[in-house]
Amino acid sequence: MKLTGAQILIKCLEKEGVRHVFGLPGGVILPTYDVLYDSKLKLILTKHEQGATHMADGYARATGKPGVCIVTSGPAATNTVTGLATAHMDCIPMVCITGQVVTHAIGSDAFQEVDIVGITRPITKHNFLIKDVKEIARIVREAFYIATTGKPGPVLIDFPVDVSRAMAEFVWPKEVSIRSYQPGIEHPEAAAQIGLAAELIHASKKPVLYVGGGAIISGAEKEVLAFVEKTGIPVTTTILGLGVFPETHPLSLHMLGMHGTHYANYSVQNADVLIGMGARFDDRVTGNIAKFAPHAKIIHIDIDPAAISKTVRVHVPVVCDVKAALAKLSPLVGNKRPEIQPWLDQIAEWKKKFPMKYKTSGSKIHPAYVIEQIGEVTRHQAVMVTGVGQHQMWTAQWYKFIRPRTMLTSGGLGTMGYGLPAAIGAQLGMPEETVVCIDGDGSFQMTMPELATAAFNKVPIKVFLLDNGYYGMVRQWQQLFYKQRYSGSVIGPTNPDFMKLVGAYGILGIRIKEKKEVVPAIKKALAHRGPVVVQCLVAREENVYPMVAAGNALDQIMDMA
Amino acid sequence: MKHTIAVLVENHFGVLARVAGLFSARGFNIDSLAVGETQDPEISRMTVIAKGDDRVVDQIMKQLNKLVDVISVKDLTDGDVIDRELVLIKIGANATNRNDIMHVVNTFRAKIVDVSPESMTIEVTGSEGKIDAMLELLRPFDLREVVRTGQIAMARRTEIAMPSKKCARKPAVSKTKKASKKK
Repeated sequence: MKLTGAQILIKCLEKEGVRHVFGLPGGVILPTYDVLYDSKLKLILTKHEQGATHMADGYARATGKPGVCIVTSGPAATNTVTGLATAHMDCIPMVCITGQVVTHAIGSDAFQEVDIVGITRPITKHNFLIKDVKEIARIVREAFYIATTGKPGPVLIDFPVDVSRAMAEFVWPKEVSIRSYQPGIEHPEAAAQIGLAAELIHASKKPVLYVGGGAIISGAEKEVLAFVEKTGIPVTTTILGLGVFPETHPLSLHMLGMHGTHYANYSVQNADVLIGMGARFDDRVTGNIAKFAPHAKIIHIDIDPAAISKTVRVHVPVVCDVKAALAKLSPLVGNKRPEIQPWLDQIAEWKKKFPMKYKTSGSKIHPAYVIEQIGEVTRHQAVMVTGVGQHQMWTAQWYKFIRPRTMLTSGGLGTMGYGLPAAIGAQLGMPEETVVCIDGDGSFQMTMPELATAAFNKVPIKVFLLDNGYYGMVRQWQQLFYKQRYSGSVIGPTNPDFMKLVGAYGILGIRIKEKKEVVPAIKKALAHRGPVVVQCLVAREENVYPMVAAGNALDQIMDMA
Repeated sequence: MKHTIAVLVENHFGVLARVAGLFSARGFNIDSLAVGETQDPEISRMTVIAKGDDRVVDQIMKQLNKLVDVISVKDLTDGDVIDRELVLIKIGANATNRNDIMHVVNTFRAKIVDVSPESMTIEVTGSEGKIDAMLELLRPFDLREVVRTGQIAMARRTEIAMPSKKCARKPAVSKTKKASKKK
């Protein structure tokens, strides 16, 4: 029996195990939405296509399964750009289907036509334009395969309306075979390189493990923990690596980098062997590259050969999936505690001398206190989703993550507005989990209309709005580096009454302004069955510390007086 | 330093844009780029000539290799390589200087492919050095139009593997890997 292209597409999504689709309809995607109407797939109608992409992204980060969005052409397609770039930077599997004008009109500047394949080429792992109805099944299959294998990433499929109306037999390809894409998890030379890595680790006196989001994608949390417990090597993580190693563990150094702990940064700067795993030596992690880890031989385990020696020169590259690499590396290294005891003592001293701290005096709410208390009340088990800015850094510093896929944040692109929609996506993917969104008043307002999506679908996310009336991180930089000239960063006077706003959506709003209200508000929010927004009027001009100013070495740390 | 990079790609639309985009996104200028089908009509081969230090080129090659449509990437710079470029040169010529021009043409074993009362068109193939030298000698004449194909290159003794459609293995670029192994 012949089916329309739209029917074939939806059938392919069902075959791929897709349950939720995020998006909103429009002109040329109507044949597809018409099929969606009778499908088993649940459409989550969003208010903006950017929201749809972040929801698909949050869904993917929380579940490990690819997130899917379906939107129309032109402006809808361009609205997906920020979400695709966000997912691309952080290696998140997504499949985004955009409508396209009829094939013969492509290139004629037709109504709502845009070359989205051209636009998204550098911000997707791959993209397709379907020109023939017979190609739909193969392309969808390949799209999911490419999005989820190797180093994952978003894939866009541009779907012209005439192709969605054309008829063909539905033939599901038995297997995917792409000659030019062979995403093995292990390079043929990896085993030999792991041998070299083991020798370096064996000889090291001051080793440090530096773990990133790749370890979470790889599902290597058990292997990382086992490796650390066996060897006694201390661990620091990137922001995307938070949760892959329990931060409550004595060998945890917490996050490193620009807003990392003193002891993580000192450890890296004094290490003789640095073992990077599934991390990419981003500039926010390394500080001044020329001064990064000056005494260390660097081992870099990553599935992506292009990540190796991209910024920092690596001594022993291992092109391999983290989990597979640790399975080979662990048997080659023994307990190092006896020989590295002086190193561990040194780190313990740094931890004692430079603990993480924030001002606790007065009745005002310090933002870090809110995060810390949410950590306590949720026993560090919640799925935390953030926007971008100071609140994001405080979340990374103070929540104490103990399991993977519980810190969903735009680490690479730094996309303000990521938090609310991503939290909705995460909650839909993980209905049993407590999903908490930490947002700032600036970040929140970038994708605020998705409150309607949360309300309509009764998605019980708990939003904590750390409201300081500023683009806080911008203000912090202006205070420190621009003589306190707060150009464009004062937003308090422009903010709406957030309680009236969330009330208008039928969402419970709680406003607090004193420290003693924090814990009761957290408990009340968590006990509520639907979505909640807790507006925390926090101390307005707190800074995120410690801080390594851009261009400085990791051990040139600024901290509060 | 100048690099000659051979790239085997799927013969799909948009592949050239992907490859070119990779270079431009990194602010990396391509000196020349030549594309054409190989013995397998489903596979095209690009020869990219670009300048950059080894580290930049290494990164570019790895990024190229990551493109889904790219089958393989090989740096031919240091090997024993045959490289050629074809150039068409239209030059203003008349009875007084035609012989001088023909002398240059003969010296470089080029060909005259068209002659008119006011001009002649020369075809020359060769390595970059030969072509540059010839253009240098022709520059004093009335050079009207120069069209270059861009260099193509091939290793003298070895071939770049052409995987069949199934069960292929994409060879990883591993320059840094080898460098570190020596240590």
